Amino acid sequence: MDKIRVEGLNFYYGKHRALTDISLAVRDRRITALIGPSGCGKSTFLRCLNRMNDTIRGTRTEGRILLDGQDIYTSGINVVELRQRVGMVFQRPNPFPQSIWDNVAFGPRVLRSHTRSGLADVIEESLRGAALWEEVKDRLRQDALSLSLGQQQRLCIARAIAIKPEVILMDEPCSALDPIATLQVEELMRSLKMDYTLVIVTHNMQQAARVSDWTGFFWMGELVEFDITENVFTRPSNRLTEDYITGRAG
Amino acid sequence: MPTNQGKRGTFARITRALTSLVTLCSGMTPLSEAMTQTDKSGVSRTRWVEFAIEGAIRLLGFSTIGFVLLIFLFLLREGLPIFYEVPLGNLFGTRWYPTFDLFGTLPLILGSILVTVTAIVIALPLGVATAVFVSEIAPHWAREVLKPMIEVLAGIPSVVLGFFGMHFVAPVIRSILGAPTGLTVFAGALILAYMALPTIISVAEDALDTVPKSYRDAGLAMGATQWQTIWKVVVPAARSGILMAVMLGMGRAIGETMAVMMVTGNAARVPLSLDSLFRPARTMTATIAAEMGEVAQGSTHYHALFGIGIILFLLTFLINLTAASAIFHKRRRGGLR
Repeated sequence: MDKIRVEGLNFYYGKHRALTDISLAVRDRRITALIGPSGCGKSTFLRCLNRMNDTIRGTRTEGRILLDGQDIYTSGINVVELRQRVGMVFQRPNPFPQSIWDNVAFGPRVLRSHTRSGLADVIEESLRGAALWEEVKDRLRQDALSLSLGQQQRLCIARAIAIKPEVILMDEPCSALDPIATLQVEELMRSLKMDYTLVIVTHNMQQAARVSDWTGFFWMGELVEFDITENVFTRPSNRLTEDYITGRAG
Repeated sequence: MPTNQGKRGTFARITRALTSLVTLCSGMTPLSEAMTQTDKSGVSRTRWVEFAIEGAIRLLGFSTIGFVLLIFLFLLREGLPIFYEVPLGNLFGTRWYPTFDLFGTLPLILGSILVTVTAIVIALPLGVATAVFVSEIAPHWAREVLKPMIEVLAGIPSVVLGFFGMHFVAPVIRSILGAPTGLTVFAGALILAYMALPTIISVAEDALDTVPKSYRDAGLAMGATQWQTIWKVVVPAARSGILMAVMLGMGRAIGETMAVMMVTGNAARVPLSLDSLFRPARTMTATIAAEMGEVAQGSTHYHALFGIGIILFLLTFLINLTAASAIFHKRRRGGLR
């Protein structure tokens, strides 16, 4: 089943075209990985999916992105609501300089999607969901910046799932982390797959191969290949993809 | 009087003088190099010039500290005697009538505090709101217009504002209240709020600017509106900077003399009830400025005025210390990134 369908997407920074005619389908409750060299447009594409590019001045989008069949770029759409359905985790862990509790509580408080007594449950559930509960349950009032980078990133994931989105976008979520923290986050992705649709951008091809079900290969703003991960890595249909994943290009 | 504001002015002036000296020197260096190239002992000559310039700069730098120390010592020498010439009960009493040897500074201290606090209560929401608008919401062109305008605001001489307060604000307050006079604490606080605003706005705006974009992204990506992101993420993250803005604004307000003297009515009475806000009061600064001219040097009254200066100095020092410790605390937490 398709959660998101992208049809003929073009994206411009001013006059520069960053994405050319992208079409793909993101399957529900699967992990879709986007790989490709730096500057190939994969992060830009990811930020199109929850319209975070709207915050950058002078950008323009053409084509359609359908979330459950509804175009998110039509004028009637409520961007704030869209982002509640399509959450995002960034490259560098960016917890707010507040307590762990307040970080996770941010979304529910903003949405008023909880009763006063329910907030504690939401927070515990989210932190458990992000595999962080055991490590922080005794110090929820501590400053989030006192956590290690890996813990901070899992906190950001907890914060994102606290508002119960349908899709979670992750923009190179492990690039600032050490190998052990990276493994923990990958482990987490696999368990999140049960409830959420994940789209991750990664520099790390092994990571894409390890965790994802579908893989898209971006090159110079175009989607060169999009297929089941196993196919992309074992029998790519495009020469460029093969060169890239074997390290001859990029 | 070496009030806080006056001293910061001196600081700034000396710093500016130093900077221009450095520019001058760096401008001169090629010249001296050109001269020394024809000279046989060129190298040692250059080194000597270098040494002299460096020494001069160092001397000027340290002299700033020296001046501050000298001013402080002077203040102590002239002001300390009052603390043993007059019993403390009198000195911190409620009546300030120097001609009858009554040196109660309490009404003056409370007057200063009341005027300053009221001014900050008015200026804080306005200043922070303006800073938020300038740094977060305003379109680019509006920002470019607003920022210099705010700096111009800071440059309006206080006597002009005092004049404005006396002839415009005070009559309005009088007619609204139906009071005998509009020259009240409230009028002074309004004018002071106006004077503290540029400081508060620019410092708070700098603080908001240093909040990383990633925090805003995180807020927006969670489905918070722009306003929710500003109010629940950006402003709390800039908290310490905003606190510093308030403290600096307070320092500016409590040290202000001329405008306050012109609009607060200058009656040395203890402001205790809430309606003192709409009665005249007298501040420490205004007292010093008004009476220093006609006092006999070395008299008890003279020492009393300097004693007030010491109290004022301690108060502003305390305010600055609070601001500094807030920033230090924030830095240690690693929040100022």
